[in-house]
Formats: sequence, structure tokens, C-alpha cells
Amino acid sequence: MERQTGTERVKRGLAEMLRGGVIMDVVTPEQAKIAEDAGAVAVMALERVPADIRRDGGVARMSDPAMIEGIKAAVTVPVMAKARIGHFAEAQVLEALGVDYVDESEVLTPADESHHIDKWAFTVPFVCGATNLGEALRRISEGAAMIRSKGEAGSGNIVEAVRHLRMILGDIRKITQADSAEVYAWAKELRAPVSLVQELHDTGRLPVPLFCAGGIATPADASLVMQLGAEAVFVGSGIFKSEDPAVRAKAIVEATAHFRDPHIVAKVSRGLGEAMKGQEIAELDVKLAERGW
Amino acid sequence: MKVGVLALQGDVSEHAQTLSDLGADPVEVRTPDALAAIDALILPGGESTTMSMLLESSGLFEPIASRLDDGMPAFGTCAGMILLAKDVLDGRADQRSFGVLDIAVRRNAFGRQVDSFESELDVDGLGTVHAVFIRAPYVERVGDGVEVLARVDDHPVLCREGRVFAAAFHPELSGDLRLHELFLREVS
Repeated sequence: MERQTGTERVKRGLAEMLRGGVIMDVVTPEQAKIAEDAGAVAVMALERVPADIRRDGGVARMSDPAMIEGIKAAVTVPVMAKARIGHFAEAQVLEALGVDYVDESEVLTPADESHHIDKWAFTVPFVCGATNLGEALRRISEGAAMIRSKGEAGSGNIVEAVRHLRMILGDIRKITQADSAEVYAWAKELRAPVSLVQELHDTGRLPVPLFCAGGIATPADASLVMQLGAEAVFVGSGIFKSEDPAVRAKAIVEATAHFRDPHIVAKVSRGLGEAMKGQEIAELDVKLAERGW
Repeated sequence: MKVGVLALQGDVSEHAQTLSDLGADPVEVRTPDALAAIDALILPGGESTTMSMLLESSGLFEPIASRLDDGMPAFGTCAGMILLAKDVLDGRADQRSFGVLDIAVRRNAFGRQVDSFESELDVDGLGTVHAVFIRAPYVERVGDGVEVLARVDDHPVLCREGRVFAAAFHPELSGDLRLHELFLREVS
């Protein structure tokens, strides 16, 4: 019996399994345990959360393999890790380490100013960020098996995540109403393959799961983006930059699972301590969401 | 017939779609209230540790356990298989399962995501089924009352005990309706 690994269905399949869940940024095995205890569906192993990357400046790169292996050993849920945009050698290393998903991420400093990684060349699946539908479709055409709206990582401010989700989902709604000639015009405007735009027109949804990242800090933030149409959430700095990470992590997991029930979101939002300190987007020196093309 | 799909986390919509395609009436189950209306329950794929935590916090664990003890038919895929199993190997110490299927199942037994695969599978009574295995478990011990319907390399991956069915793979992802059809036929 022949086993086929690394197929489109197998790559997208893991993303389907994470739906309705919370993927948490962790920088130590101890944090990974806290995340898993709180019900995280997966963890993102990295050396610094985006808020600290933003504060420290300098070039942000793939994490130390020893640190990723420590986190892999600490938990049973899937472990993701970040490679720089276009840095296929970092992605090869992450695949060799056996991570379950590679995030080709704008949170790290881009390694290539015009090319993203050819993700079809890998067995490990990739998630990529997008600020609009064209960007999402270009990443899918390069082989991304999951899209996350970028938001503004490390800002603690949900406004960019909402904007990006509304851009992506709003355009999908319009495309479902397009006639056959307009489908070609949409492909041109979005700088995306006609075949993918046609598929959107026919199905009304991206061919891969759409998750949300960048700025989620509270249970109500998670409920908001899930109601807008995200299928799961990434929480980066929002958990471990808050006063009581374990309690907040569990509350965000419950709010994501029960995002349509405001009574449950209210119940889990009580007494969580201070959320991470957020920032106005206009006051940020670097806008991470602008990285990638 | 109203068939519930446990909808706390995971690939709920694929199961609901498969049930609709077969003419059944899927009901998403997130609260104990929704449980009262259903005749059978599907436990989807996802992360079993997350679902186990959410079953507790949602107050669903005990009511589902009680319905299962009363003979409610159930079908679990991947994480759902783990939730139905009597014994869970390589699980978390605090991970709970319903224990209505007398098997010992090992989590992530086929390896990590790079080892996830699809393959043709011989299923007793159905013939060849295209199966998708995602960080999948397999069964290491089977109790006397359990029938093994398919294996990969001698490891059971599809089992039933009376009206409780469990698959280590994801029939809901491959567009093959026959396993869900078998389940619905057996429980109706």
C-alpha cells in the first residue's frame, strides 16, 4: 500500500484540524506547556514574541534549532516555526527539524525583496500572511496551505486584523456576484491566477483555511474576528505579555470555541488581569504588515 | 434523523457537509442543550487535548458520557477516535476520554505532519477506500467485543464495537461518503 506524503490534501488537512482553535506564540518549553494546558491547538516556537522583536529592533531570524526542539519535546500538539520571507534555506532547516507547519512570516526580517518561497517544493505545509485577497491568492498559488490575515503583530491593537479580514472576505463576497467577464478583471486587479479567482467565484471561499493573526489581546477580540469570518486565531504577544498568561490563554480558547455566544465570552472575560499594553498603529515605527508582496 | 457533530473545535463543517450530502440533518453541538435533540453523535478531527479541555469547561463531558452509556451511537475520526477510546497512550495525564470503545489508541502514532499521508485502504465490507491520515493515531490493543474493519501495516485504523465506530483517518476529507453512510445505516 503506497503512502503519499506532502500532498495538497494532507497539507491543507492539518489546517482544517486546527479550525476553531487558538495557536499561541511561545518562547520557552515552559510557556509551551502553559499554552497546551490552556487548550492551544498548536504552538508557534520563536525566540522573541513580536512585541519584543519590535522593541529590540535589528534583524529577526529563524529561531535556534535547540530551542525549537525543546518546545517540540515539551508538548503533544503541533509545533510551528517561522522562516523569513523568501528564506528557503531556513524553511529547509525547519522541515529537517520536523516542525509541523512553517510560517513564512513578515514578523521576521525579509530575506528576499521580490520572491516568496516556492512552497510546493516542500513536504511540510506553509502558512503565509496576507493583508488583502490578491496577496492571499498569490501565496496560495506559491503553495501556501493556510492563510492568516496579517493584522499588525506585536501591536496589541485589533484594528489592522479587522481591516485585513474585511478586505479579504469583502472581496470574496463581491467575486461570488461577478459575471464571467468580471472574473478576468478581478484576476487582473488582484494580480492573481484566473483559475483561483474562478474557484472563489464558484465556491465563495478560499481553497485553504483563513485564520487571523496580529493584535488579538482579549477573548472579545477573538470572538470579533471569528464572527467576521476567521476560522481560527493566532495569538502572539497577547498572552505572554499579559498579567496572567495561563488564565488569559484559557479564556481566549473558550471565547474562540464559543465565539457566537456572548454569555460565554462575558463569563470568561471576567478577572483576567491586565491585557498587554496596546499601541496606536500611527505611532509604530515599523509596520510589519507591509512586508511581503 | 438528527445527527450531532461535536462542534467545540476541529473539522466540524466537513462532517456536517458529508451528513447533509447523505440526507441526514446535522446539528452542531456546543452546549448540553443541543445534546438533547440528537439521535447520534459524530466526534470530528482536531486536537484531542483541546477538545478534552473544552468538553469539561462547556459542561458537555458528563452529559455526553451519560448518553453514550445509554447506547447513543457515535462515530469518531482521528481526535474523535481518541475521545471514544478506553485507553489513550502518549496523551496528557489530565486528558479524559469517554472509554466506550474497548481499544488502546496511541496518539500521533504515524509521526509528525511530514509523515502525514494519504493512501488506499481495504475496508471490510466496503472495498477500497481512499484514506487521509493527519498526524494520525493507531490502535495498539483491541478488546474482545471490537471488530477491526481496516488496518495499516497490521495496526487497526478502523474499528467498531456495536454502534460505536472510530477511524484513525478522515473520511470527511476525501469526499467518500461510504463510511458515514455505513454509520447512518447501522444507527437508523
